[in-house]
Amino acid sequence: MENALSIFVRSIFVDNMIFAYFLGMCSYLAVSKNVKTSFGLGVAVTFVLLITLPVNYLLERYVLSAGALSWLGEGFANLDLSYLSFILFIAVIAAITQLVEMVVEKFTPSLYNSLGIFLPLIAVNCAIMGGALFMQQRLGLEASDPKALKSIGDVVAYALGSGVGWILAIVGLAAIREKLEYSNVPAPLRGLGITFITVGLMAMAFLCFSGLKI
Amino acid sequence: MNFIKKIIDRVKPTFSEGGKLAKLHSLFDAVETFLVVPNETTKNGVHIHDAIDSKRTMFTVIIALIPAMLFGMWNVGYQHFIAIGQEVGFFAEFAFGFLAVLPILLVSYIVGLGIEIVAAQIRKEEVAEGYFVTGFLIPMIVPIDTPLWMVAVATAFAVIFAKEVFGGTGYNIFNVALITRAFLFFAYPTAMSGDAVWVRTRDAFWWGAGEAVDGFSGATPLGQIGVAETSTPAFHDIMGNPIGFWDAFIGWIPGSVGETSTLAILLGAIVLIVTGVASWKIMLSVFGGGAFMALIFNLWGPDTAIAHLPWYEHLVLGGFAFGAVFMATDPVTAARTETGKWIYGFLIGVMAVIIRVLNPGYPEGMMLAILLMNVFGCLIDWFVVQANIKKRLKRVNSK
Repeated sequence: MENALSIFVRSIFVDNMIFAYFLGMCSYLAVSKNVKTSFGLGVAVTFVLLITLPVNYLLERYVLSAGALSWLGEGFANLDLSYLSFILFIAVIAAITQLVEMVVEKFTPSLYNSLGIFLPLIAVNCAIMGGALFMQQRLGLEASDPKALKSIGDVVAYALGSGVGWILAIVGLAAIREKLEYSNVPAPLRGLGITFITVGLMAMAFLCFSGLKI
Repeated sequence: MNFIKKIIDRVKPTFSEGGKLAKLHSLFDAVETFLVVPNETTKNGVHIHDAIDSKRTMFTVIIALIPAMLFGMWNVGYQHFIAIGQEVGFFAEFAFGFLAVLPILLVSYIVGLGIEIVAAQIRKEEVAEGYFVTGFLIPMIVPIDTPLWMVAVATAFAVIFAKEVFGGTGYNIFNVALITRAFLFFAYPTAMSGDAVWVRTRDAFWWGAGEAVDGFSGATPLGQIGVAETSTPAFHDIMGNPIGFWDAFIGWIPGSVGETSTLAILLGAIVLIVTGVASWKIMLSVFGGGAFMALIFNLWGPDTAIAHLPWYEHLVLGGFAFGAVFMATDPVTAARTETGKWIYGFLIGVMAVIIRVLNPGYPEGMMLAILLMNVFGCLIDWFVVQANIKKRLKRVNSK
């Protein structure tokens, strides 16, 4: 439990998907013009992370990693299917994203319209694929490493923390961009240019968490 | 004064439209505004006219900074002559500190104002007064031994990328002086931390050179406690004598130039609050947040020396007081709603203590905490505004 909590806090602040790894930048930069919309996208990303990561964890644990198929019988004990992990992870993510898209369209059509193409594009959001691959890597770490994921509880905490960190980052940027609307930014930098610079400076501020011991 | 006015009136046509040096009009304009009050009136729209314009606001802040700056200069000399084992009087100590700080001040103003003037020329605007305060702050928040070229590079980075690209004074999201400091801190960590940079042992303008005496150690109190092996907080000055709360409050401890003396900073705080230039809400809530978080760490924190540090010592050590009074209250980068100011300040205090206690890499957490809250200042405002809208809608709908 304590480990899960530490993983949760660390993945929000220390291993923030945006500011520490710069993952999921495309939708982060494109949808961050408005706080409400960006919060909606953040929730969608968190939701997808929260479902795909545990599913991928089970896949990794019982299908993909070396010797994972031993529960099928003696003959499968030496199989190593880890070369299939990319394609299986992506299949899972795409399926879940489709589900989320249908749910959002059904229940909040206005959010569905404002997210536009970026909702189906969650399927190729690097933060989610990155989350799955980081999880795979962290499962192999030694138990004493603070980054190590030891159980499915840790994986859920990691998924939730990464999602919340992503929401925090996109909502913070959106609030800044709403204010920047009124700024006298030099014409060539308006739009994405100034956003890139802002994100760089935000990442600099987030450096205060690097090395934090929890 | 008449003499100056005559000169200005005589050269004015040269810089006005059609004149030989019309391209330098904003530089002329800056000099004119600095020396005399220009008799220009607004031509369109209705404007509220108040005696306190941004020129006066900025100079009030500089006046408020002067006690901390003077104390900082004296402290630089005081620490220096202790370190090299010489006894000279008060005035020699002050003169040495003055000579040591002056180059940093000059570099900061020349580089920063140079960029400001060029940017104003390009944009065909006036040179804004905002840099006067930033340029004064930069030498106060860097270690005395920071090489001048680093100050120049960091100042240039901060003024261009944290200010001019956002549209200049009044539009920046991040505090320019803090970006300078953070840039130095992350780009040249060895020059910005450790125990060799806080006390000058070499000369200033070929004067006061000497060798550090035996037993000298220039670590700041927070630096010492960050690497302490015991779990009881205890500090010593640069010669190894123990120091306590009152030494830190008065400020004769090693540290960045302007941040050591809480007493001098509080004098500045009085000036800022009485003139209404800075928000007392932010100052109060920063101190409140820091004390609150320090108490929590005292009760349930990890068993390290820094977590056992009493709350009142957190507030007087390192850059805490300086950040609370002069950095967090920057009206451009802080939260702008009144409720937002309380939340913003409180979170700065909390984050500063969290970084100090939990992040062994950054024992001086204050500046990074303010920078972090600069990021979320806009978001806090957004929530406060939305809550207000909701409240008023309810009032309208209930009628």
